[in-house]
Amino acid sequence: MSEKKTKRREFLFTASYAVGAVGVGAVIWPLVDQMNPDASVKALASTEVDVSSVEPGKSITVLWRGKPVFIKRRTEEEIEEARAVKMEDLKDPQKDEDRAKNPEWLVMLGVCTHLGCVPLNDKGDYNGWFCPCHGSHYDTSGRIRKGPAPTNMSIPQYEFLDNNTIKIG
Amino acid sequence: MKNILKISFLIILILFGNFQVKANEKLQLLKIDWSFKGFFGKFDRGSLQRGYQVYTEVCASCHSMQYLSYRNLAEKGGPEFSIEQAKAIASNFEVKDGPNNDGEMFTRPGRLSDKFVKPYANVQEAAASNGGAYPPDMSVLVKARSGGANYIYSVLLGYDDPPSDMIIDDGVYYNTYMPGNKIMMPKPLDDGLVEYSDGTEATEEQMAKDVTTFLAWAAEPQLEARHKMGFRAIIYLIILIILVYLSMKKIWSRIESEI
Amino acid sequence: MSDHEYNPKSKFGKWFNDRLPLLTLASHLADYPTPKNLNYWWTFGGILAFCLIIQILTGLTLAMHYIAHADFAFESVEHIMRDVNYGWLIRYVHANGSSMFFLAVYIHIFRSLFYGSYKSPREIIWIIGIMIYVLMMAAAFMGYVLPWGQMSFWGATVITNLFSAIPLVGESIVTWLWGGYSVDNPTLTRFFTLHYLMPFLILGLVILHIWALHVPGNNNPIGIDIKKPSKDTVPFHPYIVIKDIFALLMFMLLFAFFVFYSPNILGHADNYIEANPLVTPTHIVPEWYLLPFYAILRSIPDKLMGVVAMLSAILVLAAVPWLDTSKIRSAVFRPLYKQFYWILIIDVLILGYVGAMPAEGLYLLVARVATGYYFVHFLVILPVLGAKEKTISLPLSISRPVLGDPLNLSTDKKKESLN
Repeated sequence: MSEKKTKRREFLFTASYAVGAVGVGAVIWPLVDQMNPDASVKALASTEVDVSSVEPGKSITVLWRGKPVFIKRRTEEEIEEARAVKMEDLKDPQKDEDRAKNPEWLVMLGVCTHLGCVPLNDKGDYNGWFCPCHGSHYDTSGRIRKGPAPTNMSIPQYEFLDNNTIKIG
Repeated sequence: MKNILKISFLIILILFGNFQVKANEKLQLLKIDWSFKGFFGKFDRGSLQRGYQVYTEVCASCHSMQYLSYRNLAEKGGPEFSIEQAKAIASNFEVKDGPNNDGEMFTRPGRLSDKFVKPYANVQEAAASNGGAYPPDMSVLVKARSGGANYIYSVLLGYDDPPSDMIIDDGVYYNTYMPGNKIMMPKPLDDGLVEYSDGTEATEEQMAKDVTTFLAWAAEPQLEARHKMGFRAIIYLIILIILVYLSMKKIWSRIESEI
Repeated sequence: MSDHEYNPKSKFGKWFNDRLPLLTLASHLADYPTPKNLNYWWTFGGILAFCLIIQILTGLTLAMHYIAHADFAFESVEHIMRDVNYGWLIRYVHANGSSMFFLAVYIHIFRSLFYGSYKSPREIIWIIGIMIYVLMMAAAFMGYVLPWGQMSFWGATVITNLFSAIPLVGESIVTWLWGGYSVDNPTLTRFFTLHYLMPFLILGLVILHIWALHVPGNNNPIGIDIKKPSKDTVPFHPYIVIKDIFALLMFMLLFAFFVFYSPNILGHADNYIEANPLVTPTHIVPEWYLLPFYAILRSIPDKLMGVVAMLSAILVLAAVPWLDTSKIRSAVFRPLYKQFYWILIIDVLILGYVGAMPAEGLYLLVARVATGYYFVHFLVILPVLGAKEKTISLPLSISRPVLGDPLNLSTDKKKESLN
């Protein structure tokens, strides 16, 4: 076969394979993507919470994306206590101002960062939360102070829509 | 090749014969050149939004649309209300939620993630409130009736006086296109029944067309995406077919040259 | 399989192949000597393998979202259509894929009937094929119940009720099938499980089907035996592979038209109405590919005999290698059989048509005649033709044995020209 004919044949076969591969990818993608969160799940990705009934010093727990979120209305003492902590004393250093933009309200995921249990409110050595599963203690800012948990309880994305309503997520 | 022709001829003969028989038996439906029919069919946004208005103001008091969510009203390929408009629409409805921390059920304004609120709690209540006839849920009604959009349109406009020899009870109405000609829904549409927010004149035909378009979208919200993907898939296949055909000829030419 | 040694190119390949000879198997399949005169009717085996894979992949992904409970099934299908990413696409591919699967299997079966592919020594391939066909029908029947629409429910009711025709134990069998006193949730959950199982049984049978084929090798359009390998064969790869891919792409084009532009045309509108045990649809019909059998079932006035007739219509296919007594394989050389073959096709199409119509009046009469003719074809015409038919002489080989011999003369004709 002549040089030119061979080149043309190679091109034809290569082109066929390439175009075919695109098709195979296009078929596989929907089969993979269908496992991603569907539209109804994504629609529930954010929750609005009415906090008008929460007294200072009290907290409520709401379900968001299948997980508990602690919303605590902190007293002056609790806020001061959180602000007074030195960064060197923290396993996961984080300023309280960065965790609660509005210091009166602490909004965080109520999931222990060790292995995922739900810590108990108003318990533990640091006036905050205590996780009964393996003994992690959290302070009034939800930061890990003692115990096996590696990081502070995480803060989700949230905003105040008005004085009484928080939108989480 | 001869065999393919024979088979094709047979199939055409049968289908043709089938249609002839059907045409003689069945009444011809009222037909519209629906914008969403055909290979390049799309929904008319204005018609969808007007249709939603007709559904809400005229039909929703009896007919549920339980598989639709308020967020669908803002999604691509549908009426495409803005997110704010869709949120406002949702908040007009009271949605059951709960139980709250006291164990009680309560109602709250609707959100985008909620399904369309149903007029009745269940099928039995719906039927009992409508003379024993259940007003069907309309989420997939267009796909659930032979004749589809044309059928729905025809029934909406098909109310007429019964022929003199037919006895119609109270609470039953004569409809030209309903199988059996009797329907328990009173005539739903009349000229000027709805005041369209976009100013279109709300004649009976206009409302029937708009609400049918809305119902067609409700039954097939993915229609536009489907058509778009179909176009790409078919073009792709044609290109690949050509490449593979040429490859096949090239490969098989090795055989011919050997003899 | 023992007549060639495959040596893997890489060290790892050799190490692996010594322990599990997959590479040898792949090489056997790629080099397999295939008649070079196969026409496009032979591409449907490959097309069927594609259909099975597509149904398994789409079925699996649907099963991740479908809820097999009478209270949630219909709703879960709508959830798939509206919320799941590409859910509408996967659902429409699966539903229309079922129709495409049957279209391909009917063409595949009728290819075998025309070219005598069921004849010795390929009887077992044919019988395994019939078994695959029966499992396909079971899978399709149960799959159609899953969306829990009106046709799902009432089709299931009608067909499961048939078992009550069995004398003595019929009623108990029906109750056992239902898991209750009517088609209800227990029926649905078990149909889901069994529907999920069928394709993997089919896959196993397909492997046996292909294995059995590789013993004698493929049949070919002129039906003569070929010594392999020879000038009359080509290696499966790339010659047959590329032809199969081409045919598959054409098939996919047709498939795409249904999925993207008319996804509901082969279905029934009533199945978009949720199942209601208190309301029966005006006409209960199965999907199009089951219509001929439905017509046969309804053409017999007695319930038990109707069931017997329907089952016999399938079983008689299994007996074809022995009912057809002709020594000639391919209909190309059987002019009389060829005519009857086309009449059979028309008969089956007629059965399909009347299967969709109400079983009364002219439709019922036609169904009865067509049913009778169907059995006459297999039980009377096939055996008689074998004995009585005057066939055309077979050529010696596929290729022209001698250059300049355009008629590819058989021994008979050669004798004539010499005299």
